[in-house]
Amino acid sequence: MTFYLTYVLVATALFAFTALFTLFALYSERKISAFIQDRIGPMEVGKYGTLQAFADIIKMLQKEFIIPTAADKILFILAPIVIFVSVYLGFAALPWAPGLIPSSLNLGLFYIFAILSIETLGILMAGWGSNNKYALLGSMRSVAQMISYEIPAGVALISAVMIAQSLNLQEISIRQGILSTEQVYFLGIWEVKSVGGLLAWNIFQAPHLILAYIIYFIASLAECNRAPFDIPEAESELVGGFHVEYSGLRFAFIFLAEYSMMFLVGMIGVVLFLGGWNTPLPNVGFAKLALWTTGIGWGIFWILVKTLAVVAVQIWIRWTLPRLRVDQLMSFCWKVLTPLAFLCMLISGLWRLGVMQ
Amino acid sequence: MYANLGLVEAGCDAIVGFLEENADISCNKMIKKVLHAFKTVFKGLGLTMGHFYAARESRKVLSITDKDYFAQTNGMTTIQYPHQKLPVPEVGRYQLDVEMDDCIVCDLCAKICPVDCIEIESIKATEAIGKTSDGTTKRLYAAKFDIDMAKCMYCGLCTVVCPTECIVMTDTYDRSMPDLKEMIYKFSDMKPEEAEEKRLALEKLNAERMAAKEAAMQQKTQN
Repeated sequence: MTFYLTYVLVATALFAFTALFTLFALYSERKISAFIQDRIGPMEVGKYGTLQAFADIIKMLQKEFIIPTAADKILFILAPIVIFVSVYLGFAALPWAPGLIPSSLNLGLFYIFAILSIETLGILMAGWGSNNKYALLGSMRSVAQMISYEIPAGVALISAVMIAQSLNLQEISIRQGILSTEQVYFLGIWEVKSVGGLLAWNIFQAPHLILAYIIYFIASLAECNRAPFDIPEAESELVGGFHVEYSGLRFAFIFLAEYSMMFLVGMIGVVLFLGGWNTPLPNVGFAKLALWTTGIGWGIFWILVKTLAVVAVQIWIRWTLPRLRVDQLMSFCWKVLTPLAFLCMLISGLWRLGVMQ
Repeated sequence: MYANLGLVEAGCDAIVGFLEENADISCNKMIKKVLHAFKTVFKGLGLTMGHFYAARESRKVLSITDKDYFAQTNGMTTIQYPHQKLPVPEVGRYQLDVEMDDCIVCDLCAKICPVDCIEIESIKATEAIGKTSDGTTKRLYAAKFDIDMAKCMYCGLCTVVCPTECIVMTDTYDRSMPDLKEMIYKFSDMKPEEAEEKRLALEKLNAERMAAKEAAMQQKTQN
């Protein structure tokens, strides 16, 4: 009985977290974009506009559910749920701290990637169900883009998995710090198991993973439909893309999914490449910084800091780069990212054989 | 931050240079393209980061006459309008104001107005009412002097033609009203009863004059 209660509690906590994160990201995105454009952003609701996101949500909750007459009602109603649930389920296998993971799956990464692909289906349902040309165009673009970019993202992740030798995200995290049960080598030469910190992160264990991380990061931007890969939503071309017909709470759910997706892909990248919940501070001589800053509380702190930093970079990039054209997007994926990702995988294999043994 | 971005750019340049020298390396073109993309992306990111960093300071609320008005080129430019206001000169040309004591009700302003936003109703006085501050004799009462500021296009022609310079533009701006009718400013200080009284007095005088005239005419024909 109690474990059912735990299930419900964990699920509620994760949902609360995604909702809070969305509110926070909404506010920070508006502020960061404002600062980048020499504006000041929301200032009226609360001190420095801090309650703006809550005001937005309250407004959204009050809105009417509108279902277009020509829409396919079942698909239209189901789509936001499918979109959100697929992203939300992804959080189930992500580790937060040593020993703190909602579900320690031995196929964790594979599971997350499989479940994230279902979001594509939800987007297609939303676009088709709306019976609106812009929505349909947006969702088709979105599907084409997400399916294409899953390949470089997946291959880049595989090159990290080959170094870590596990698909369990908790295992992968453990192997990037002082808690590792195996030997950890900085750049494949220097034994850093007792030093830990930054030096034990995957990208420093095998430096070609820096390239793999960049590929993954770019592909993940495309997977969450964010600028410069926001052609599915392209406001100036498609009004609002696949969610153009949505209003009220349903739109809020699509929005929630989009922002949770940002956090989710950021967190996957952090776990696989940037040491997960491991501290960036190494043990130096008698100052056992890595030992002092490892633990459940510290783990949550570090993974939050790292992921929020990644999200900040996502936001920064969104407000810097203009949108790509559809053909540019596709040729970039297939002609540049995919070969480079395969190159990374090849180097990973060689690294495994030659350097790590 | 800037130094790092500069380094990345320099690094990309160095690799591109190396590749150009060794043009026979395969995948050369693709790698060059990728590096170029990285270089340009970092350039853009540096630019936006510069603006983000400059957002620590924001624009000061200075008058246009201040010598530092154009000096600040960085930082946030927003002026939070209802809370902060840019000082405007005293001789600002915004909303109209009429000094009724100086008005001789000549109706010139209403006639010149291109959008007909001034509406004046005058009543002739039975005798000179008084003098304006510049010494012109006033002979007309203004029963009605309405300016519809919602129609006004702020051309200022009325202030130019006014012989006594009683209609002026002021430094007041941004008057918003919940009802459009409230945008009609009433400048006449006469009460309706008062106006009625003056009208009756004028009618009486006119009637007397008419009677006198008729009497004179009759006398003329009799003679």
